[in-house]
Amino acid sequence: MRSVDPEVGRIDHHPGYAVDFVAGLLNPERAVPSIVAGPDGKAAARRYAVYRNNVTVSLIDALAATFPATMRITGVDFFRAMARDHVRATPPNSPLMFEYGYDFAGFIEQYEHARLMPWLADVARLERAWLDAYHAADAKPLMGASLALIPPDQLTDAILAPHPATRVVRSRYSVVAIFAANRGDAPISQIDASAPEDALVTRPGLEVMVRRLPPGGADFVLHLSAGEPLGAAAAAVLAEYPTFDLSANIAGMIDAGVFNEICVGG
Amino acid sequence: MSTKTTVSTAILAGAVLTALSSFAAYAAPMTEGEMSAAMDAGKEKCYGVSLAGLNDCAAGPGTTCQGTSTIDFQGNAWSLVPSGTCATIAVPGDRMGSLEPLTRDLPA
Amino acid sequence: MNELAQSLHPRLSVASRFPAHPVAGLAGTSLKHTHLPSILADDPQRAFFEVHAENYMGAGGPPHDALTRIRRDYPVSLHGVCMSIGGPQPLDQTHLARFKALVDRYEPALVSEHLAWSTHEMTYFNDLLPLPYTPATLARVAEHIDKVQNTIGRPFLLENPSTYVLFEQSTISETEFLRELVRRTGCGLLLDVNNVFVSATNQGHSALDYLADFPLEHVGEIHLAGHAEQTDDEGDLLLIDSHDGPVADAVWKLYDIVIGRAGPIPTLVEWDSDIPDWPILKAEATAAQLMLDRHAHGLMPGIAHAVR
Repeated sequence: MRSVDPEVGRIDHHPGYAVDFVAGLLNPERAVPSIVAGPDGKAAARRYAVYRNNVTVSLIDALAATFPATMRITGVDFFRAMARDHVRATPPNSPLMFEYGYDFAGFIEQYEHARLMPWLADVARLERAWLDAYHAADAKPLMGASLALIPPDQLTDAILAPHPATRVVRSRYSVVAIFAANRGDAPISQIDASAPEDALVTRPGLEVMVRRLPPGGADFVLHLSAGEPLGAAAAAVLAEYPTFDLSANIAGMIDAGVFNEICVGG
Repeated sequence: MSTKTTVSTAILAGAVLTALSSFAAYAAPMTEGEMSAAMDAGKEKCYGVSLAGLNDCAAGPGTTCQGTSTIDFQGNAWSLVPSGTCATIAVPGDRMGSLEPLTRDLPA
Repeated sequence: MNELAQSLHPRLSVASRFPAHPVAGLAGTSLKHTHLPSILADDPQRAFFEVHAENYMGAGGPPHDALTRIRRDYPVSLHGVCMSIGGPQPLDQTHLARFKALVDRYEPALVSEHLAWSTHEMTYFNDLLPLPYTPATLARVAEHIDKVQNTIGRPFLLENPSTYVLFEQSTISETEFLRELVRRTGCGLLLDVNNVFVSATNQGHSALDYLADFPLEHVGEIHLAGHAEQTDDEGDLLLIDSHDGPVADAVWKLYDIVIGRAGPIPTLVEWDSDIPDWPILKAEATAAQLMLDRHAHGLMPGIAHAVR
């Protein structure tokens, strides 16, 4: 920056530099703020555009890093165009970039150009849940041994506390199959998206795991996570899914690390 | 505790016992191909298991303290045609190619 | 830590007892998780690692595991990128508390932030935005620095920015502005030599003149990075602080001049986009280390001592 120039050496009566500066950052139609300039009378259009570009590109990049499967499905150009629209409509409220993108799935759902990919929003939901699990608090998952210690007559009233990383994403489409095929870069074959799938996301250690839940499994996890006792949760699920395999689901939840601890005698 | 319908102690105790004695895979596991794809997405390779290291770990976005040399802040209407793997994903009976809004098919 | 303290802070007692690895005279690199297996496979080297604080503000998971492993073997520099110290609005208390928690948890050898801002009202813009240099902004930034230093309980280093525009309101040069902040708050400075070169080119002044004005005696860390070339409205060179390639020759030359004057100040090579394989980044840090060592040996012991 130039040293003090007596010609422009006036006192600052303009604390609103931030207001003026941000006005055009997310809107390329807006004029360059009059408070900025280039040196020695040079124009500031391309100079201010550097900031516009940095803001837009870095936020699109943040969405691309959070939603890689979504981007592989749509292709990079489409994804970046869609993400640009989202960034302009809903810029982040937190400086933590791993907290950005919670509104992206809802945006995709309403996005005119994504109408022909009705499953896309759910893939984005699953990717957002994956990142939640990745950054969730570390906690030891409930072990089978702890469950074995509960006296049988107290099981119906037992309350299971969910592990901080546990997330469930429900879909009318084959969200787990689409996610699994597109999250890496392995070649993929035709996917029938019509089978409804519920995804379970857990992180019992350092690795995020995504599983497909059996019918009723999502309801069971959600009832329990809401604090319902084991007996009531099982009854609610069995009423809706008479063939629900209670023991297989309990085994699966323990194996996946869905829960953190179990409380009895509340 | 609750006056709502519950499952009998015997059924529940039996289910827990069976669960504990058989840590079989979940009722509907992924296929091997899906599992390996999901692993590529950042699971097993993160620490130790594979020497391929963290390159395949999807770690999400990081902060920036640098500018970017990629100029990409103007919209490109021409790019609003998907070109990725979406063509391999279909709902039979098909609604691909239809111009009807399909968002109402999504779960609430 | 006594037993009572351990019972009150069980996490802290496990996580915060790290060796006090000194950072004096060392070259380091940004920590990228893609490089982690290569770094951990090596025996600990003479090096340090810098992390962006915000990437470790999640509750748990692989980021904290990685940083804990690195911190056991190396000095760590905690570099904040979004405190908005240069913004007109009050600092975000929640963010400040998170920042303090990281300082407490990882006991970094170096702590730094930027003379810039990123948040306006509730919106976070994810870029280091510039500010006018005036008596009013000077007072506001000094208040913010005081607030940060009082919260974390130690002085930190403030980094000079890369800039692309000037404010018509500015009445103070950047070097005067920084010098006065140091005087008012007792903070140190992080001298980003690439930023000096980028801003000097973009604003049409001499990087050497800027460095001649810079209070080098308060510099606790140096940054080096690569930049990209574009053009301004008049078709003249406009440099972008892109951190996406090797350090430019001109920046190496300026760096040599700086450490020739100021001594072997801990130096970080930043490479944040188009990240290369570890050996390439490591080679950049090795180049900096050789220059640091050359200047360390050339110095009188008393002078070397004055540098942290």
